[in-house]
Amino acid sequence: MAAKPQTHHARVEDAGSEFLVFTLGEEEYGIDILKVQEIRGYDAAVVTRIANVPTFIKGVTNLRGIIVPIVDLRIKFNLGKVEYNEQTVVIILNLDRRVVGIVVDGVSDVLMLNAGQIRPAPEFGATLSTEYLTGLGTVDERMLILVDIERLMTSDEMALVEKVAS
Amino acid sequence: MDLSQFFDTFFDEADELLAQMEQLLLELDVNTPDIEQLNAIFRAAHSIKGGAATFGCFQHLAETTHLLENLLDEIRRGEMALRTDMIDTFLETKDVLKSQLDAYRASAVPDEETFTRICGILRQIADEHREAVQGGGAAASSAVAPVAAPVAAPVAAAAAMPAAEVAPAATAAPVQVAPVAAASAPVAVAATAASADTSLPLCVRISGVSGKDAQSLLEEMGHLGRVLGHEQGAESLTVWVESTCSADDIEAVCCFIVDGDQIGISREAYDAQAPAATPAAPAPAQTAAPVPAAVQQAAQEAANVVAQAQSTSAGDISITTNAAPAAPSAPAAPRAAAKPAASAAGADKENTSIRVGVEKVDQVINLVGELVITQAMLAQIASTLDPVLHDRLLNGMEQLERNARDLQESVMSIRMMPMDYVFSRFPRVVRDIATKMGKQIELQTIGRATELDKSLIERIIDPLTHLVRNSLDHGIETPEKRIAAGKDPVGNLMLSAQHSGGNIVIEVSDDGGGLNRERLLQKAISQGIAISENASDDEVWQLIFAPGFSTAEKVTDISGRGVGMDVVRRNIQDMGGHVQLSSTPGEGTTTRIVLPLTLAILDGMSVRVGQETFILPLNHVTESLQPTADQIYSVTGNERVLLVRGEYLPLVEMHRVFDVAGAQADPMQAIAVIMQAQERRFALLVDHLVGQHQVVVKNLESNYRKVPGVSAATILGDGSVALIIDVFALARANREKSFSAEALLN
Repeated sequence: MAAKPQTHHARVEDAGSEFLVFTLGEEEYGIDILKVQEIRGYDAAVVTRIANVPTFIKGVTNLRGIIVPIVDLRIKFNLGKVEYNEQTVVIILNLDRRVVGIVVDGVSDVLMLNAGQIRPAPEFGATLSTEYLTGLGTVDERMLILVDIERLMTSDEMALVEKVAS
Repeated sequence: MDLSQFFDTFFDEADELLAQMEQLLLELDVNTPDIEQLNAIFRAAHSIKGGAATFGCFQHLAETTHLLENLLDEIRRGEMALRTDMIDTFLETKDVLKSQLDAYRASAVPDEETFTRICGILRQIADEHREAVQGGGAAASSAVAPVAAPVAAPVAAAAAMPAAEVAPAATAAPVQVAPVAAASAPVAVAATAASADTSLPLCVRISGVSGKDAQSLLEEMGHLGRVLGHEQGAESLTVWVESTCSADDIEAVCCFIVDGDQIGISREAYDAQAPAATPAAPAPAQTAAPVPAAVQQAAQEAANVVAQAQSTSAGDISITTNAAPAAPSAPAAPRAAAKPAASAAGADKENTSIRVGVEKVDQVINLVGELVITQAMLAQIASTLDPVLHDRLLNGMEQLERNARDLQESVMSIRMMPMDYVFSRFPRVVRDIATKMGKQIELQTIGRATELDKSLIERIIDPLTHLVRNSLDHGIETPEKRIAAGKDPVGNLMLSAQHSGGNIVIEVSDDGGGLNRERLLQKAISQGIAISENASDDEVWQLIFAPGFSTAEKVTDISGRGVGMDVVRRNIQDMGGHVQLSSTPGEGTTTRIVLPLTLAILDGMSVRVGQETFILPLNHVTESLQPTADQIYSVTGNERVLLVRGEYLPLVEMHRVFDVAGAQADPMQAIAVIMQAQERRFALLVDHLVGQHQVVVKNLESNYRKVPGVSAATILGDGSVALIIDVFALARANREKSFSAEALLN
C-alpha cells in the first residue's frame, strides 16, 4: 500500500506533465493543465468593462456568482489582429485561490510532454519575458511556448493583483 | 489517533471560555462573591486545563491553568478569601493564557518569561495561603487538643495538597481539625500524616449522582485501581480505591460523567464500619470520633454549606461547624440534586448551537444569492407570458419568489451576531483605564442583543475601542474635577446599540467635560487648518476628524497622538456607515455611528450611462432631477456646478469619470442624481434611471483588485455584472478636482 503512491509519482516524473495547448494568432502556447478550471465560449455581452485599466483587461464577468476578471492575452502579447468570433474562447484558470479568465483564439490539444521535450527558452524581446516561460516544447513538427501562467498572471505587469504597497 | 484535527475546536472553545472567565471575574463582587459565578470561573479554568492536558502538547497552558484552577478551587470552597488584587492577578493570568493560546494557534512557543512570572505570582498566592492555614490550624489544635498539636499541622498541610478536604475546615473553622486529631489516637494520626501520600486508599466522594452514573463511575474506578469498597446513597457515591493514579487523574476521569465540583477526593483509611456509621449516625462528629472518615465527611459537608452560604462571616462559620455534623447533611442533599439539574439545563443550551466555519456560511449565502438572481431572471421571462395560458407556471413562480426571499433572509440571519460580542470586552478596558488614570467610571451597555453582520461586528471593534478610550481619557474628568463641577464623582460611560430602519445605530456617550470649542479652534489655527472664528459647533466638532488632530494636553499611552478619529471615521465609512458627534460643554459627548446591517446586501439604484449599468448606493441618493439650462454654471471653463434650491453643487459626469463612450453629453438631456457623502454633496450626471433594487454585493478584490471609484460589484437579473459606485471616492476625487485613478483609489 505504502509503496504505491511512490511508484505512481515516479511514473508521472517519467511521463512529464500535461499541457493545455491554445493558439494566439499563429503561435501555439501551452499551460499546465492543472491550473485550468474550465473552458468557455467568449460572450462580449456579459463582460462588464472597467474604466481606467490597461486595454488587455477586458473587464469582469459573472461565473456562476463569482466575479472573474477577463484578460485578453492577444492584446497583452501584441498579436496584431484581435477579433472575437465563435472560436474565441475563455480559459478559466484557478491560480492561488484566484479565478481569472484568459481570452485566446482557440484551444487545440492536451499534450503530454516529458522533460526531454522541453528546451530552455532563449531571450526574447520585452513583450514576454523569459521569466514567465517554462521553456519551449517540441511535439513532432510543432513548437509550443510553455508559459508559467501562474507567475505571469500574478505579476505586476498584468495589474490583476493588488500591489503590496497599495 | 491524531488529535491535531481537534486543535482548532479547542482553541475556539478556549477563547470563548477565557472571554467568559474575564466577564465573570469583572462581575464578581469581591466582598460577597456569588458561588455560582465562582463555580463558573472555576469550570472555565478547569475545562481549559482539561483540554490542554488532553492534547498533551500545550504544557504552558496546562500548567498555568492548573495553578489558576487550584486557587479558584480554594476560593469557591470558601477556604480562601477573595481579594481585589487576586482578581487583578486572575485577569492578568487570563491575558497570559490568551497570549499562550494565540501562540499555540500560530504554532509558536508561548513566551517563557511571562509564563514563569505569572506562575510565580499564582504560586505565591497559594503559598501565602498555605502558610496562613498551617499557622491557623496548628494554633487551633494546640488550643483544643494539646496532645495532637505536633501532628495537626502536617495533617492539615497534607490534606490540603491533593484534594483539600480537611483544609476547608482548617480555614473556615480551625476547631474542626482538632476533633479529628484529638479523637484519633496520636499514633494513628502520626501514621496518617506520614503515609498520607501513598499507603492509604483514595476516597472518592461524588454528590448529586444518579444510580446509573454511579454504576459507570464504579466501573471507571475499577479500571483505575482496586476498589476496596463503596457506599451508595440516594444521590451520592463514596468509593475507596487503591490506585497509583493521583487524585487529579481520578477527578479527570470522573469529569466525563459528573461535574468537577461534585467530586471530592481525599486519602483516608477504608473502614468497613464507616459506610454504616455515616448515614446512620450523623450525630456530632465528636462522639463518632473513632471514625475519621465520618468526621471528615461531616466536616466537609459543613464546610460546603458554609462555603455556599458565602455571606456568613468567620465568626458565624465556627458556630455553624459546631452544630454542623447533624444538621447540614440534610440541606446538602437537595442542593446536590439541584446542581445536576442546572448543569443539565446548561448542556441543553450548548447543544442548541453548532460551530460552522464562516466560509461554509458564506458559500451558502453565495448560492442563495445566485438562486435569487436566477429567480429574478425567470420572473423577468415569465412576465412576458400570457397569464391565462400559463396560470400554473406563474403561480409557481410567485411561490418560488416568496420562498427564495424567505430563504435569503434566513440565511443572512446566520451571519448576524449580537453586539454583546463587542460590548463584552469593554468592562475590562474601562476597568483597566479607570484604574490607571485614577478615575471612577461606571459602564452601562444597552442593546447587547442587537444583531449585526459578523464581518461588520469584527470591524467595528477597533473604532469603538478607540472611541471608548477617547471618552475615558479626554471625556470623563477625574473625581476631583467632577466634584468641583458639582457632578457625581463617578463618571458614566454608556454604550448602546439599536436598530433603526435598515441601519444599526451605535452610540458611545459620556457625561464628561464635552468638547472644548476654544481649544479646538486654537489647535486648528495652530495646525494651519482653515476655519472661521464663528463656525457652527458642528463644523468645529468635525475638526477632530481631521488627520493628525489631537487636543489632549499631554499625550498618554491611552490616546492623544492624533492618529485616531480620522482613522475611526475612515474605517466606518469603509463599512458603508458614518459618524456623528454631538457635545455639550460640561455635560458630555456622544458619538453616534450609523452602519448598514449587512455588507452582503445593498439597496441600490441602477442607472444607465451609455450602454453600461452602474449601481448607486441608495442611502447616498437624496434626489434626482433633470437639469435646466439656468441651473448650470460653468466654473473655470472646464468645471460645472448645478444650482439646486440655492445650493451650488459640483457636477460630476459619470461618463467622464468612467470613460464611457456614447453617453449623453448634454446635461440638459441627462439626469442629475444628487448624492450625499458625509457632509459633501454633489450632482452625478447619468443618462437614465433604471430602477431600485436590493443587490447582492460581490467583492471585486477576491479575484481581481480594487477598482478606482468602485466599491464592489453585483450581478444583475440578466446575469451580467454591474459595478457599484464608491460615493466617498467620487466625493474625494471631486474635491481634489481630479478623476485620475490614483485620486479615486485614495
